Amino acid sequence: MASASIPVYNCSNNPLENSSSQNASRESLKMEPLAVTLLPGEERVIDKDIMYICPFSGPVKGKVFITNYRLYFKSADADPSVTLNVPLGAIGRVEKMGGASSRGENSYGLDITCKDMRNLRFALKQEGHSRRDIFDILFRYAFPLSHGLFLFAYLSQEKYEENGWSVYKPMEEFRRQGLPTDKWRITFINDNYELCDTYPTILVVPFKATEEDLRKVSTFRSRGRIPVLSWIHRENQAVICRCSQPLVGMSGKRNKDDERYLDVIREANGTAKLTIYDARPSVNAVANKATGGGYEGDDTYQNAELVFLDIHNIHVMRESLKKLKDIVYPNVEESHWLSSLESTHWLEHIKLVLSGAIQVADKISGGNSVVVHCSDGWDRTAQLTSLAMLMLDSHYRTLRGFQVLLEKEWISFGHKFASRIGHGDKNHADQDRSPIFVQFIDCVWQMTKQFPTAFEFNERLLMTILDHLFSCRFGTFLYNCESARHTNEVRSKTVSLWSLVNSDSTSYLNPFYTPESSRVLYPVASMRHLELWVTYYIRWNPRIRQQQQSPVEQRYMELLALRDEYLKKLEELQLTDSSPNSSHLSNSSAPNAASPTQHITHLHTPF
Amino acid sequence: MIIHCKDLRVFQFSLSFSKEEDAKKIFQGIVHHCLEPKSLRCLFAFSYCENTSYPEVQRKKQTVMFDSVEDWIQDMKRTKGNCRVVSENSNFELSPKLPQFFIVPSNVSDEDLTKYQGKGLPMWCWSHHSGCALFKTASIPLVQEDNVPQTYMEKMLTAVAHNHLYSVKTEDLSDTLPAVQDILLSYNKFKQFFLIDNTTEFWMSDMKWFSSLDNCGWLDIIRQCLQKAVEVVECLEKENTNVLIMEEGGSDLCCVVSSLVQLMLDPYYRTLLGFQSLVQKEWVAGGHAFLDRSNHLHLKDKAESQSPVFLLFLECVWQLQQQHGPAFQFSETYLTVLSDSVHVPVFTTFLFNNDSHRDNILRAESPHTQRSPLNCPTVWDWSVQFDCKAQDLFTNPLYSEKPKQDTSVRKSYRPKHLRQLSLPSSAFKTPPKKGFFKDEADNLKKILGVKRLSRWMLSPSSESPQTSSSVREFYEAWQTKPLDYHGLLLPCLDGPSIRVWMQRYLRWIHDVQILGGGPVAMLSKVSEILGEVQELQRQLDRHGCTLTSNHKGARPRAKTASVIAARSSVRLSSSFPFVTSRNWLFKPAIPTSLLQSLMVTGMAGNLADREDDGGGPESLV
Repeated sequence: MASASIPVYNCSNNPLENSSSQNASRESLKMEPLAVTLLPGEERVIDKDIMYICPFSGPVKGKVFITNYRLYFKSADADPSVTLNVPLGAIGRVEKMGGASSRGENSYGLDITCKDMRNLRFALKQEGHSRRDIFDILFRYAFPLSHGLFLFAYLSQEKYEENGWSVYKPMEEFRRQGLPTDKWRITFINDNYELCDTYPTILVVPFKATEEDLRKVSTFRSRGRIPVLSWIHRENQAVICRCSQPLVGMSGKRNKDDERYLDVIREANGTAKLTIYDARPSVNAVANKATGGGYEGDDTYQNAELVFLDIHNIHVMRESLKKLKDIVYPNVEESHWLSSLESTHWLEHIKLVLSGAIQVADKISGGNSVVVHCSDGWDRTAQLTSLAMLMLDSHYRTLRGFQVLLEKEWISFGHKFASRIGHGDKNHADQDRSPIFVQFIDCVWQMTKQFPTAFEFNERLLMTILDHLFSCRFGTFLYNCESARHTNEVRSKTVSLWSLVNSDSTSYLNPFYTPESSRVLYPVASMRHLELWVTYYIRWNPRIRQQQQSPVEQRYMELLALRDEYLKKLEELQLTDSSPNSSHLSNSSAPNAASPTQHITHLHTPF
Repeated sequence: MIIHCKDLRVFQFSLSFSKEEDAKKIFQGIVHHCLEPKSLRCLFAFSYCENTSYPEVQRKKQTVMFDSVEDWIQDMKRTKGNCRVVSENSNFELSPKLPQFFIVPSNVSDEDLTKYQGKGLPMWCWSHHSGCALFKTASIPLVQEDNVPQTYMEKMLTAVAHNHLYSVKTEDLSDTLPAVQDILLSYNKFKQFFLIDNTTEFWMSDMKWFSSLDNCGWLDIIRQCLQKAVEVVECLEKENTNVLIMEEGGSDLCCVVSSLVQLMLDPYYRTLLGFQSLVQKEWVAGGHAFLDRSNHLHLKDKAESQSPVFLLFLECVWQLQQQHGPAFQFSETYLTVLSDSVHVPVFTTFLFNNDSHRDNILRAESPHTQRSPLNCPTVWDWSVQFDCKAQDLFTNPLYSEKPKQDTSVRKSYRPKHLRQLSLPSSAFKTPPKKGFFKDEADNLKKILGVKRLSRWMLSPSSESPQTSSSVREFYEAWQTKPLDYHGLLLPCLDGPSIRVWMQRYLRWIHDVQILGGGPVAMLSKVSEILGEVQELQRQLDRHGCTLTSNHKGARPRAKTASVIAARSSVRLSSSFPFVTSRNWLFKPAIPTSLLQSLMVTGMAGNLADREDDGGGPESLV
């Protein structure tokens, strides 16, 4: 574990490294003594002697290998031994550093900004344009979509025992929730993505609303994202509905169909008042009127109350994470760490998202239906509904259930992964980029921290998800919505991340998991309990001890093993006891026999 | 009436239904007993002891009290120290300011002992297996033009240096760590964040939590103490230099740093009994002025000497324990309870300023003849405060004894010469340097004198950034090695690693209790399994079989587990065991100030029973 840059992730159970079990023969990078195994479909493009300017151990000479999937660096010397293993998808920006005439050591080279909270700098020899070829290749392969190339997910030949694409079947999931009911029906109106091109094909809507009503409502909701059911409480039939903002505009337009539609939602379980959670700060909601959007006014929506949740927009979140990166990479801010942390506002945003979700969950447990929206209903809305569902429904806290939750609330309902992450796109300054999904996973992590026994999956799963959010190795997080995925044949041409996870599910399980099915989980959304996810955001820093297993987990596993061992021994003993004649014999021949002597030797050893 | 307790509980009583007279009486009664100045004689401990007969046998169960010369000799033997045990002060003939028994470098002469009332006298704390040792001393204020104390100091330094390889580093903690008054100021600010009596106030303060925390500086003081301890550890462990830490008085930050150093280096002190012995050695026998520092007597003129130095130490221990859980036999709950017990004026442990003070008072207060001093319990008699079940919560289920415990202790203390041979040669260990010190002592003394005020006397570069980067390297070198919970432990001092002692500070605040969650949810599962394993082991033992495996979870106590297991049917909250969630409002805390008016009702549930039964009354702030 002496390597400076990748404390954990160069080990065998590296989530980025976990390859399929099917393919035995594969090309390896010619590396001595440690060779990295290439993924099926991965091909070497270039390799080059280079100097890695490691922010922790200084300049390191070595060799860089670039494939169509990753950048791999291995130091030439064993001390310090440094390896880098970066999927090209994680690269956000590649720049030349210094010019042919730059002075100073190591001033000529490449500067790479990654999406996973690190920057890499490489230095090359100044003479002979030595960086030109590597820069060009890196630029092409890191941003394939900008160069008419395929994302690696389409080139990968990985095979898994399990097909991850079958994890989520909308009909099955709705049936699990007890749908349809006499108040809620399943509609195929969006079968060809005509009602709403960013929604999935299968939707659950109030029984009373006709297809015609849905069409009318869709004209009054931003991008046609009408209120549809996300989750229903089995006992009290309260529902979480999600949608986009109403198109009220400056003139304060009204839409009778929309008003009636929301009232039908309220009626469905006899709630007196429907609560509409607008995730935005009220100021922003008002400002949206200028661009044709807005919010549900009290006077127009009679039986509804509107609550603003004060969660900021994608731009604020992007800047916040950028600030966070500034204080943790490469070095953790030393003076006034806490004030610096506060000034990034990252945890404050986490707090607001969590407390919004708590309010939603609380309303639902109280038997009141809620409608959640932000502007377009694919960022903050997804955060709130999925977190509330995680609190309310223990199924989503299992390994499989969590996958369903992501597939449903995020992937099928059109969180714009492609725009937010910018897969294969060179335009690093795109204003659409934002770490909304990272923030959501952070919220989930905060919950797992507060309730260490309530989740079937472990931190490793969350890390793996975030790694492959960027990596482009799997099709799971590609494209903005279901219709785009359909057009690009994601399901038939790429592998799902869940194939990887479910083929090796034991390594993503939390040993402390104690199922409690009927329990609503309310995390405490106070800064006193929220903490920075150090093992994710600061994981590149070698000073942060990366433990494969937490000591608590380790101890627990040890004890479990010990218990089994003792139980077995006890069984054996009871067997021998029951046959008194043989006891002598078995004592001398059984493995136990060695123990007394061994014990004695311990006592007498002078060391 | 609002009462703020030292353990950070806040009580609100309505007096509107009481008669005015009664209300006054209650109020005055509390003020009289809690806040007004009084004499030591009036403390509850004395009425308590007179009315309770306490069996002497039980007292000294296993904690080494360091109140006899044997205890000191034994501890020095244990660490293979080679110094002079001084027992001439057993009746305080040398000086009342000196402990009854103590250890000094072997070539300190009799007359050196009494000079300057013990000031400047290097007191042995602990010996490293290499032979070098840690000493602490009260510094002698330097008077200009007066060469005598300086000459004496140099003599003492030489004595320390002679202990091992003629090397010594000194550190004046008064120069580099915050003063006791600053510690108090910072803690007073810090503690206000937790003395919250209503929800609105709580959530209002939540957004600025991190910066307020930062501004009060408490965590930074903790970090500085830990960092200082790591510096000392580096000298002992890496350079094998003797270290002399000093400060005015020699019994505040010296105690903090020396006990931290010992915790980091010596796994014995990370056991429950070892830790209690450490507190006895460094703090009680070491003469930490508990009475003045905690101001039990509420004397106005002592107000400025009040300072939570011992709490600061416990805070540092908590940080170590958080970072390296499995290395400690005692639990977080133990530390919390110990920090509370400082304010329970029943135990002799925390009542006095030093040995002679204790001796005087206990003799004077004794109802009997001079022969037997008053017999009071020490805080280590946990059964005075807690029943067995509660005491089981003191042990940490993550701790496992080192395999082959009996022999390992001996094993780690290798013969000195072997150790020396294996060391890389460095400047002060080479013979020429030795000779230099001996022959040209005057010359060196001059150098010593010049560098007197610098951080480390023999380190050529004494700038602080240098030191901190060297500490950093030391930490990093240690970190790359596999972690041994029974070996050297170093804390990570980076910003995110130094944290707030959640259990101690948040336990009474209803809004932040995580129902059914918190680390206890995980630990109780470990305890459960531990209990099963121990039960199985007992069954196996009954079968007369000794096990081949190396006794990992094998302490012959199963109570820990069973007690928590029994409770796991009840839903634990993050405040366990201080608050149980019997009459819990199953409502989430929603952190919006608008909603707060609905939630002020929570007070009653908030103050649910504490674990301690039969403890003395809490004194009030």
